Amino acid sequence: MVTGTATTMSKDPILKVEHLSMRFGGLMAINDFSFEATRGEITALIGPNGAGKTTVFNCITGFYKPTMGMITMRQKGGKEFLLERLPDFEITKRAKVARTFQNIRLFSGLTVLENLLVAQHNALMRASGYTILGLFGFPAYKKASLASIELAKYWLDKASLTDRADDPAGDLPYGAQRRLEIARAMCTQPELLCLDEPAAGLNPRESLALNTLLRDIRTDTGTSILLIEHDMSVVMEISDHVVVLEYGQKISDGNPQFVQNDPKVIAAYLGVEDDEVDEVIAEVEQVAATVGHGTGSTGERP
Amino acid sequence: MANISSPVSEPHAEPSVLARALKEAFFAGLVSLGLFCLFVGVETYQNINNELVWRMRWGLLAVFVGVAAVGRFLNVAFIRPALDKRKLAKAKSGILDVSEDKGFFHRHFLKIALIALLIYPPVSVMLRGVQGSLLLVDNFGIQILIYVMLAWGLNIVVGLAGLLDLGYVAFYAVGAYSYALLSTHFGLSFWVLLPLAGIFAALWGIILGFPVLRLRGDYLAIVTLAFGEIIRLVLINWTEVTKGTFGVSGIAKASIFGIWSFDVGSPSNFAKSFGLPMSSAYYKIFLFYVILFLCMLTAYVTIRLRRMPIGRAWEALREDEIACRSLGINTVTTKLTAFATGAMFGGFAGSFFAARQGFVSPESFVFIESAVILAIVVLGGMGSLTGIAIAAVVMVGGTELLREMNFLKAIFGPDFTPELYRMLIFGLAMVVVMLFKPRGFVGSRAPSAFLHTQKNVSGSFTKEGHG
Ligand SMILES: Nc1ncnc2c1ncn2[C@@H]1O[C@H](COP(=O)(O)OP(=O)(O)OP(=O)(O)O)[C@@H](O)[C@H]1O
Ligand SMILES: [Mg+2]
Repeated sequence: MVTGTATTMSKDPILKVEHLSMRFGGLMAINDFSFEATRGEITALIGPNGAGKTTVFNCITGFYKPTMGMITMRQKGGKEFLLERLPDFEITKRAKVARTFQNIRLFSGLTVLENLLVAQHNALMRASGYTILGLFGFPAYKKASLASIELAKYWLDKASLTDRADDPAGDLPYGAQRRLEIARAMCTQPELLCLDEPAAGLNPRESLALNTLLRDIRTDTGTSILLIEHDMSVVMEISDHVVVLEYGQKISDGNPQFVQNDPKVIAAYLGVEDDEVDEVIAEVEQVAATVGHGTGSTGERP
Repeated sequence: MANISSPVSEPHAEPSVLARALKEAFFAGLVSLGLFCLFVGVETYQNINNELVWRMRWGLLAVFVGVAAVGRFLNVAFIRPALDKRKLAKAKSGILDVSEDKGFFHRHFLKIALIALLIYPPVSVMLRGVQGSLLLVDNFGIQILIYVMLAWGLNIVVGLAGLLDLGYVAFYAVGAYSYALLSTHFGLSFWVLLPLAGIFAALWGIILGFPVLRLRGDYLAIVTLAFGEIIRLVLINWTEVTKGTFGVSGIAKASIFGIWSFDVGSPSNFAKSFGLPMSSAYYKIFLFYVILFLCMLTAYVTIRLRRMPIGRAWEALREDEIACRSLGINTVTTKLTAFATGAMFGGFAGSFFAARQGFVSPESFVFIESAVILAIVVLGGMGSLTGIAIAAVVMVGGTELLREMNFLKAIFGPDFTPELYRMLIFGLAMVVVMLFKPRGFVGSRAPSAFLHTQKNVSGSFTKEGHG
């Protein structure tokens, strides 16, 4: 496997994370973590509980300031942003990175439609002349507000929420709330969409609908996706590239097949002790040899 | 009543209900005796030697205890069984309590209310004569409308943006003193100073906002409370400018756009120009329309803003600040605009207050005013203009009504002064409303945009905001 090496260098990276470290008091939640996400692809970030995945997201989207490291976002036009230097709201507004949350954060007292309109705040603000012109009913704002409803309708349709558009967001079932959060993030018209465990708590049918939605997002809008996910069926099904994190360090990086067969990943997920890893590796290699497939793994220990 | 109509179905239930009612009435009486025996029972006064002595007011105490016990008895023995029976009958007949089509009054409530307000002064003149209308127009009309306006202004900060502000009266004070000082020193007219006062108050809103908006929830509340006190203390102690506790007096009256004035000596005096008998009532009627206009302006701007991106951002901020930031909303400027807009309406109301009183002193801007305004917002239902207006009528109108209730003297004795019980009743009313309508009079929220049908969002989904 040519692509299945530990150092995947993509030609057109949209996001480059270099030597990222994040320390909470004595805890090194992320330790010298580097990876790249390629434009137009779905990159999955996986790892056991507490590995530091959400922390990586919080660093990328500006909710935490990393202790060390550099996060570079490269837009389509070639414009580059150093995300660790931007305040959180500007990361969405200017660098065009949108995110969802592991524990859903909807505006539960606003309707579904209103949730999607709030997401278009910056565009509408500009169109309304920072409220002043809009207050006096200038036509530019009216046009923009109609356009914003059209965009909201488009994403309502994609997330199959059109018939619930006027219900409070807090009234939706769990799966629909997840889809709404994604639709809301897409209404900010991002170039990179970061999803934190979008399939958590979904039933198989909702999970399938989610897969379709994510694939649609990638093919229809060309938005690149960065995805944290525990559900391996989702990860293996839709992602082009997988990065594995354990105790804040990268332990594997490659395409889904490669990562799936990486003994270190298997060891991390089976939860074995450090000194047992060698045994597991040997075991896995033995099995692989008898089956007759090369895993392509180097099997090196850090 | 229940005991007459239901002996067939439950012959043995009745005596037990009565016995329970008696028991509960006894306990209610006991509890109120404990509560009121110091509050009401003890009276302190000075005797001839200027010594402070006390005596028990047994009669008054007995009335309080009696009202509590009898009320409890009636409630348990008759009212509650009757209500239960009605509910049961309704459930049996299977008719849902919520009907979709509202009555005529309900649908046109706003139009009816506006027309009623417009004809209120002429009607009160007709009913009570020019001089007699003063009480209705000034004490009730203007007083209530000032609170409506203040509460609607605070509603932007607390109800929409979810920022708990306990020092709102500071902006009211800034507006009042802006008008008082600028008109006495520079002779500027009301119509020039009204917008100026609003701008000054908004500026103070921003000045307060900058350091404070990093704080959330309880901390924000405490710092705004302190800010309100600071403004009041500055007004008291900066005697060269504000004349301290003496206050600023002789503030110029507002004129009808400079055409007619209400100064007695002025040649263009309103009453003289129209050949009417001299009375201060005309000024009050004029002021009534001014404050009505200001209220309408506040409502109009609030309604418009709610449908604009900034208004939606305020409400989103109340719901979830972190989600707002993840959508690219600058929460600092969003909070500042909420503070400034709310403060601006406080400033308008303040300058109006100064023009109405002709006198301002720091005593008018104490913490309890902030508390009352906040209570009106909470009681009305945060975010709902109609609910807040109703709450203002009930709370402010109710306390004003207390002053007029001289017949109570017949019950409680000649030295009973009902307005002293204002705060007690205010508190009681709040507890009652919060028990039955925990989200305020109007607990639901009207969405700012809709695709198919406009459905109100139940209060159980909306959040109060955390700072
Ligand atoms: N704000 C914080 N302060 C202190 N420690 C934190 C903070 N945020 C995260 N951590 C710690 O950092 C580590 C990584 O947490 P993180 O939430 O990133 O894990 P995760 O990979 O997202 O886990 P999960 O799969 O359970 O969501 C954990 O040990 C966590 O306790
Ligand atoms: Mg996580």
